[in-house]
Amino acid sequence: MNLSRRKMLILLPAAAVAWESVLAGTPEDAPNYKMSDHWWGMLIDISKCIGCGNCVRACQTENDVPDGYFRTWVERYHVSDENMTEPEVISPDGGKEGFPVAQQDDKKYFFVPKLCNHCADSPCTQVCPVGATFISPDGVVLVDQTYCLGCAYCVQACPYGCRYIHPQKKVADKCTLCYHRITKGLTTACCEACPTGARQLADLKNPKDPIHEFLKTHSVQVLKPQMATGAKAFYNDLDGSVR
Amino acid sequence: MSVFKDAGHLFRFAGLFVLAFLVFLGLRHYVVPKSFGQYGHYRGNAIGEIAQRPVKFAGHETCESCHSDVADKKKAGKHAHVNCEACHGALASHANADDPTAVKPVLPDTAVLCAQCHTASAAKPKGFPQVDPASHYPGPPCGSCHQPHNPGMEAGGAK
Repeated sequence: MNLSRRKMLILLPAAAVAWESVLAGTPEDAPNYKMSDHWWGMLIDISKCIGCGNCVRACQTENDVPDGYFRTWVERYHVSDENMTEPEVISPDGGKEGFPVAQQDDKKYFFVPKLCNHCADSPCTQVCPVGATFISPDGVVLVDQTYCLGCAYCVQACPYGCRYIHPQKKVADKCTLCYHRITKGLTTACCEACPTGARQLADLKNPKDPIHEFLKTHSVQVLKPQMATGAKAFYNDLDGSVR
Repeated sequence: MSVFKDAGHLFRFAGLFVLAFLVFLGLRHYVVPKSFGQYGHYRGNAIGEIAQRPVKFAGHETCESCHSDVADKKKAGKHAHVNCEACHGALASHANADDPTAVKPVLPDTAVLCAQCHTASAAKPKGFPQVDPASHYPGPPCGSCHQPHNPGMEAGGAK
């Protein structure tokens, strides 16, 4: 870049004004919401998912997710009885418009909705060089888009492929677990739109949340447990072929 | 005193060092946002900013506060746990309008809507009710026989 002194003198005050608005920030909304009282996660019941794509559409509407990018998506697995290491996985347009009709054969089918696992020890927050992504005190992995440089280290670090660089904003973008909704007492857009209850928002710090009874009485698994990310998207009925 | 006799250059260098450190502190004070480090190595105010994004799905509690008649009808049937906006789409614009009647939601077309969930496919869980739209009374939209808020035929599905 070739900046003349004149241009520089014009640009500097503009940059200072822009930076001032970043510094000022805004106070926390939702006065009745206390971050220390919550620890958010999600329960996903594979046996209830019908692959309708309602969650994907709802997420795109609620969060203005650009076409071809996904904060949540649905995969369809097709697995033969003995070859679990080579499942056939499809996810046409993230499952947004549903899936082609499947004919019964000798293999099994199931749907796996995916989203950010909101890991307690997340690799994505650890690699950020500027402190633009973090896990909030209530357990949600967020991106400060005014601070993000768009270096995409976090996109590479996420073992679950849940991040992308926003094509217009050029900064990292991801599932916020509908933070603007859950802090107002609403559930996430995907849970609100799921017709079968295959997705349930869970507050692990709330002793009355049905998640505790569910985790006690079911065989629940997280994705890639060997990576010790502290994932908080709990899957019921998860097949061993899912990765 | 003889020790410091020729040490002037050292003091000048130390002074320069202190000055540079003060400039660094001053700059740092200006460029680091006030809320940085409030909760951790990030800008604390970012949390509040993200929480202020607009809501587009009003939530079924909001719908039911006005449409209690539909909520009662739904409770009796198989769609009791299907939330309003799963079929009707995001309607916070309707619910939060000063005059909700002015923002009229579009009535979903049952010929398209029902098939999104109920088209038969071997990939779906076995217990889930599924039909082949090509052979299950093709032609009339589903809504002409099934009442979407309580779709079972035994419940007097016909409208």
